[in-house]
Amino acid sequence: MRHIISVLMENEAGALSRVAGLFSARNFNIESLTVAPTQDPTLSRMTIVTTGNDSVIEQITKQLNKLIDVVKLVDLTDSSYLERELMLVKLYAVGEVRDEVMRLVDIYRCKILDVSPTTLVVEVTGASKKLDSFLSILKKDAVIEVVRSGATGVARGEKALTV
Amino acid sequence: MELSGAEIVIQALKDEGIEHVFGYPGGAVLHIYDALFKQEAVRHILVRHEQGATHAADGYARSTGKPGVALVTSGPGATNAVTGIATAYLDSIPLVVISGQVSTPVIGSDAFQEVDMVGITRPCVKHNFLVKDVYELADTIKKAFYVATTGRPGPVVVDIPKDITDPNIRIPYKYPEQVSMRSYRPESKGHRGQIKKAVDLMLKAKRPMIYTGGGVVLGHASEQLTRFTRLLNYPITNTLMGLGSYPADDKQFLGMLGMHGTYEANMGMHKCDVLIAIGARFDDRVTGKIATFCPHAKIIHVDVDPASISKTVKVDIPIVGQVKPVLETMIELLEQDKSRSNQDDLKEWWAQIEEWRSMNCLEFDRNSSKIKPQYVIEQLHEVTAGNAFVTSDVGQHQMWAAQYYKFNKPGRWINSGGLGTMGFGLPAAIGVSIANPDAQVACVTGEASILMCIQELATAMQYSTPVKVINLNNRYMGMVRQWQEFSYGSRYSHSYMEALPDFIQLAESFGHIGVRIEKPEDVRPALEEAFAQTQRTVFMDFITDDSENVYPMIEAGKGHHEMRLPPGMTTKRELA
Ligand SMILES: Cc1cc2nc3c(=O)[nH]c(=O)nc-3n(C[C@H](O)[C@H](O)[C@H](O)COP(=O)(O)OP(=O)(O)OC[C@H]3O[C@@H](n4cnc5c(N)ncnc54)[C@H](O)[C@@H]3O)c2cc1C
Ligand SMILES: Cc1ncc(C[n+]2csc(CCOP(=O)(O)OP(=O)(O)O)c2C)c(N)n1
Ligand SMILES: [Mg+2]
Repeated sequence: MRHIISVLMENEAGALSRVAGLFSARNFNIESLTVAPTQDPTLSRMTIVTTGNDSVIEQITKQLNKLIDVVKLVDLTDSSYLERELMLVKLYAVGEVRDEVMRLVDIYRCKILDVSPTTLVVEVTGASKKLDSFLSILKKDAVIEVVRSGATGVARGEKALTV
Repeated sequence: MELSGAEIVIQALKDEGIEHVFGYPGGAVLHIYDALFKQEAVRHILVRHEQGATHAADGYARSTGKPGVALVTSGPGATNAVTGIATAYLDSIPLVVISGQVSTPVIGSDAFQEVDMVGITRPCVKHNFLVKDVYELADTIKKAFYVATTGRPGPVVVDIPKDITDPNIRIPYKYPEQVSMRSYRPESKGHRGQIKKAVDLMLKAKRPMIYTGGGVVLGHASEQLTRFTRLLNYPITNTLMGLGSYPADDKQFLGMLGMHGTYEANMGMHKCDVLIAIGARFDDRVTGKIATFCPHAKIIHVDVDPASISKTVKVDIPIVGQVKPVLETMIELLEQDKSRSNQDDLKEWWAQIEEWRSMNCLEFDRNSSKIKPQYVIEQLHEVTAGNAFVTSDVGQHQMWAAQYYKFNKPGRWINSGGLGTMGFGLPAAIGVSIANPDAQVACVTGEASILMCIQELATAMQYSTPVKVINLNNRYMGMVRQWQEFSYGSRYSHSYMEALPDFIQLAESFGHIGVRIEKPEDVRPALEEAFAQTQRTVFMDFITDDSENVYPMIEAGKGHHEMRLPPGMTTKRELA
């Protein structure tokens, strides 16, 4: 099962490597990991996308909580939540391909950020699944670069991860 | 008070109540060593290898319940300390290791004797700090001790760049009285509702077992455990790390469980219907094959670390909390509820256990003309009246010490269980002796293990720590040889100890007394004479039976009910 775990942690040097190290040392999967400071500059918020059965996820959250720098965490997938990821795709787009891409951009509500005679840079945001689906529709040999931010997320409604 | 960073380090140790530091100097910590020189409150013990510093601090901590402190220089000093840090980590021992680091402006430049200590130790510490500002030094040291000693204890590294300890930069000093960390709030008392549920379940048990571990020693809850166990009249078994937390000579005690546990303890585990696990972590040496672990039992688990609960074995009633308050609450509830409906079942259960126990699975050949290692430990127990601190290295001798020295008090049995670090025994014994100068301290070791930190004999000389080294010399890495005998067709690949030193001369060259014992009848007198030497280190080289194995044994992939018993011993009854 795919889980999205949001972690509030002390904004200290080395905090990120403690989390990354934990995942590799304990053989936990990590699909993506994003981190940035919050409105409170002493706190960072990290979003980790991982997979595992219930007992693995239980260990992951317990081991994360055990890290001294971790203040609080929540498994977003436990209740209803919003998920967003940002993707930039650089495409080789001339002739028919260019038209095809323009149509997809419309359907997927993407933005074109950069245009050159032969290339386009497209910005796509959405749940990671939507990004996957956009990529799967593109012609493979048209894709020059794919840059994904990794998923971030937040719970719906009044539920919040704060100190 | 204005102090330099170096002086702050020492003053903070004083304010923390630290009396001994185990260390080894070098460039990055010279300012600190200079500050050490100018005072007397904190006594420095110079070891001969930084691994020894961490093990000695570890032995000090295990025997006192107080944190141990080690001080090492950057680079090789720091890396030498890592094995000891990992050893303490796996056994949850509170240590504060202060390592020197290159000066802040050159960090990251591959400067002389630079290693990323924070990076290297990250996976084997409870937490670590790199101090980048002298104004944060006192606070950081306070936090280090707080983190090391609370919750599930563990080692904490404080890496201090040399410029932070500059004697010319003096700042106002005040040691914080308390720490509060929003990200670290160790759980303490346990949820009363869960405890109540657990008590209800345990009172319904027909075939209960109490299984306790190092957490009872670490949580100083031996008294509570004893009261609790007697109140229930249930059988109890200890892990290797828990030995001594329940008196071994008590009839409710079934001995150690697990790979080299007793028949009665392991069978009890296999057949029990309610398992009460307290401060133990379901280690693979204890559980054997998980699929057949306690197949009939509902499990209660008390542990201060939520991550220990349901890690390898799913439990039914988890209780997150310190053993002491949880046991106190359990005792309180048990004393209120005197109605015991399970007395008849319990009688039957005890009868079954006595039958298992009557197998006498720890019996060994007492008529051999060779020295049996088990006999040496039995005699050690008698000669020291069961009161010694016993440290050990890793191997067969460690298991025999655990099986045959009947520990009645907590904190007396000091060994590396989780990491299994050969080389631990001697420096740990020195640490124990420094902390308990009047106590009898024995280091049970093997001829392979002892060579891993043999240099610490010099430390023992310098500080006159009267450690008694019991070298069970079987000319083999016995534990390895045993596995090769059982599982590799007796192909003894590189497990024979060739070119052994003459341990007597070796001990004497360090200034100690060395004795070789070759006959069973000399064992007892040798031990008596050695312990009569209250001021000296005595190295006893016991030439033991080289073919002896540790029994019982649960081999890899087997369950508790599939023990291998000593040759010639068979179970009286077919086991279900
Ligand atoms: C050669 C060799 C053979 C071995 N054979 C065996 C064997 O046959 N049998 C055996 O038992 N072991 C054996 N071991 C040791 C084994 O590897 C483990 O180290 C040991 O079993 C772990 O003991 P424990 O479960 O008590 O846990 P520990 O490592 O002592 O951990 C303590 C547990 O208690 C918790 N805790 C700590 N403080 C508190 C507190 N205040 N309150 C509540 N909880 C607390 C911790 O979170 C942790 O979960 C062997 C080791 C070696 C090297
Ligand atoms: C540092 C280290 N290296 C290797 C091992 C693997 N090992 C476990 S027991 C053992 C043999 C120990 O031999 P000895 O000290 O003579 O004890 P004996 O088993 O003979 O009693 C070895 C090599 C270990 N535990 N620690
Ligand atoms: Mg040996």
